[in-house]
Amino acid sequence: MDRALRDRGGSAADESDAWLSALRAEGPERERAEGELHDLLLRAARFEVGRRRAALSYVRGEELDDIAMQAADDAMVALLAKLDDFRGASRFTTWAYKFALLEAGVKLRRRAWQGREVVLEPESWSGFADRSGSAQDEVEQAELLEALREAVEKTLTPHQRQVFVALALNEVPIDVLAERLDSTRGALYKTLHDARRKLRGELAAAGLVESGD
Amino acid sequence: MSDEPKVSTQSLERLLGPRSEEVSCEQCFETLDQFVELELAGEDAETALPGLPAHLEGCSACRQDYESLRALVAEES
Repeated sequence: MDRALRDRGGSAADESDAWLSALRAEGPERERAEGELHDLLLRAARFEVGRRRAALSYVRGEELDDIAMQAADDAMVALLAKLDDFRGASRFTTWAYKFALLEAGVKLRRRAWQGREVVLEPESWSGFADRSGSAQDEVEQAELLEALREAVEKTLTPHQRQVFVALALNEVPIDVLAERLDSTRGALYKTLHDARRKLRGELAAAGLVESGD
Repeated sequence: MSDEPKVSTQSLERLLGPRSEEVSCEQCFETLDQFVELELAGEDAETALPGLPAHLEGCSACRQDYESLRALVAEES
């Protein structure tokens, strides 16, 4: 917030209080604060676009600008709905930035996967194959691979298998899978976490990996 | 020589995710701002917010959010 609010107080706490006070005010003060907040969110969203631009070189700049603007708009709605959750554990600006970075990151990952098929079956196990080892490792590696294949088939539920294969084996971004399965990042990660636990337990029992804590 | 894909213990560990307890994506989002500021201040963020580093190891989307937030805040300070 810029200068006007920063000038009112020197500390981060004062600055955060000033943001909260302005955003809870009525009339022109609130409108001004919301405008400044949107500018801040847009700056963060554009920062994220800048970081991902190289991977999206085939997307027109105009479209990326639109994505940044949509991310800032959505972040604004999400942030205002959670304004009472802000406890001052960080600066208000840092707290606000994470909303815009999340929205922009999700939109950019989805844009990158637009039109691509999300494979839910293990088409190939070579994504995590390590071909750099010596020939002497071959037997051990084949054993690990077979054990993992078996554990995926035998210990996971169909949904866990689908999520594990897509996210861990085929490296589908979690936000892309969430959109395709009409789910959420949190729910899918919980499924992935449970699947990983089962697989680790199975492979640890066979002495192939260390068990979890 | 066989074309059978090879899997190393290291890549298997990556697939199986963190071994230690980790927070959820929602808990990660709630405290990410605090974590980043503690880290940038040189404080012990891992002790203050246990389970968050393990989550960042296991969840690539949350890790990207973390890296971006850290870079943005570092750039502005």
